[in-house]
Amino acid sequence: MSTAAVQQGTKWWSGGRSPFNASYGKVMMWYFLMSDAFTFGAFLISYGTIRFSVNDWADPNHVFNSFPFAGHANLPLAFVSLMTFILIASSVTMVLAVHEGHNMNRKGVEKYMLYTIIGGIAFLSCQAWEWTHLLTGEHVAMLSDGTLSVLPTTVKSNPWGTPLPHEAMLAALQNTPHDQLASIAATLHHAGEAHNVAAMSNAELIKFIESADLHASNTGPIAFGGYFFGITGFHGFHVFSGVIINIVMYIKAKLQHFDQRGHYEMIEKAGLYWHFVDLVWVFVFLCFYLI
Amino acid sequence: MSAQVSSPEITFHAEHSGTTKRIWRTFWLLSALTIVELAIGLLIYNMHKGEHPNHTLVLAFKGMVCILTLAKAYYIVSVFMHLGDEVRNLIMTIVVPLCLFIWFIAAFLWDGNSWKVLRNRYNGTPAPIEKVTPAAKEKGAKD
Repeated sequence: MSTAAVQQGTKWWSGGRSPFNASYGKVMMWYFLMSDAFTFGAFLISYGTIRFSVNDWADPNHVFNSFPFAGHANLPLAFVSLMTFILIASSVTMVLAVHEGHNMNRKGVEKYMLYTIIGGIAFLSCQAWEWTHLLTGEHVAMLSDGTLSVLPTTVKSNPWGTPLPHEAMLAALQNTPHDQLASIAATLHHAGEAHNVAAMSNAELIKFIESADLHASNTGPIAFGGYFFGITGFHGFHVFSGVIINIVMYIKAKLQHFDQRGHYEMIEKAGLYWHFVDLVWVFVFLCFYLI
Repeated sequence: MSAQVSSPEITFHAEHSGTTKRIWRTFWLLSALTIVELAIGLLIYNMHKGEHPNHTLVLAFKGMVCILTLAKAYYIVSVFMHLGDEVRNLIMTIVVPLCLFIWFIAAFLWDGNSWKVLRNRYNGTPAPIEKVTPAAKEKGAKD
């Protein structure tokens, strides 16, 4: 084979050629991705350290158990599986685009880049839904002052602590001020039409809440929201910039810039970045949703 | 395919097979690994629902998921990112620095665990994180 012959007689370190047999841009993309891997790694390890340092952590199967348009159905892992498969699929279309680039097939590159861009946008939409669901979700948790409150999942509040025993919840109901009782009553499924919760007295509200099958928890470690939104947000930002890069590559392919240049190496470099985003998601998926 | 030289730095081109067989095989492999991971995840979920989950077994399953994840990472990097097709020296300059992660993960998780042990020892019983005000404690809000 010709390559083997070149390999033998080549003076790699005498200048003029890359000892790595790769262009400067590609080598530097690899080093950028390596440094980015350390950034993500540091975030995830920091998350792991905090998680190891507390006795209870939010159960992912409890926090991430909803699916769009599925109401209150308990579907652990379902939505995040969808997100994972979207990203794997878009990774495959990306590598197919790189493959078409090697064959100098512009139409093929355009087609697969378009699929990849659509996959990236679909993933971002899923993440937007998940964030909205958590940030606007209403969960009853007992605050440190012994009163119950309706909390969303944010960087400042985490309603996903250990389950509150029934007696403790009943005792906490007695301490809870009127406005919070009213908002708890408003979250119950059978509230609404018949009842004007704000007009009810405390005793009536407590009776109403007790009659419902209310599940309350303690508040969990405050770090949960910060780590979840911080790390998935940083990953989502990478996906977003990856989509932008892919759109630029798609336009450049369409304008025949790569044909004029004689090679599709830019697609390869964009592909490296896009696969890295998929790679990071594999670990985010592991750390936040699976274990 | 014309033998266009994409960059003067490149001496020879890696042989790219004409077919996409290897890509699709990797895709199915990654999907299968993900499905196995999800199955283990659901298994852990069901174990947690039980009265007394066997913690050693849960930990073993979590370890298995970690190993499967590393396998997925290997296939993404080596096939999709074509690192496996690069020159050995390039592979080594990427992979060897990443070995730092072995210490990084071990040291910091160890540290976090030690933090928990110390906190539980000197803060009394392993209670929930927040302290309860005396007023609430009288009513038996916490145990």
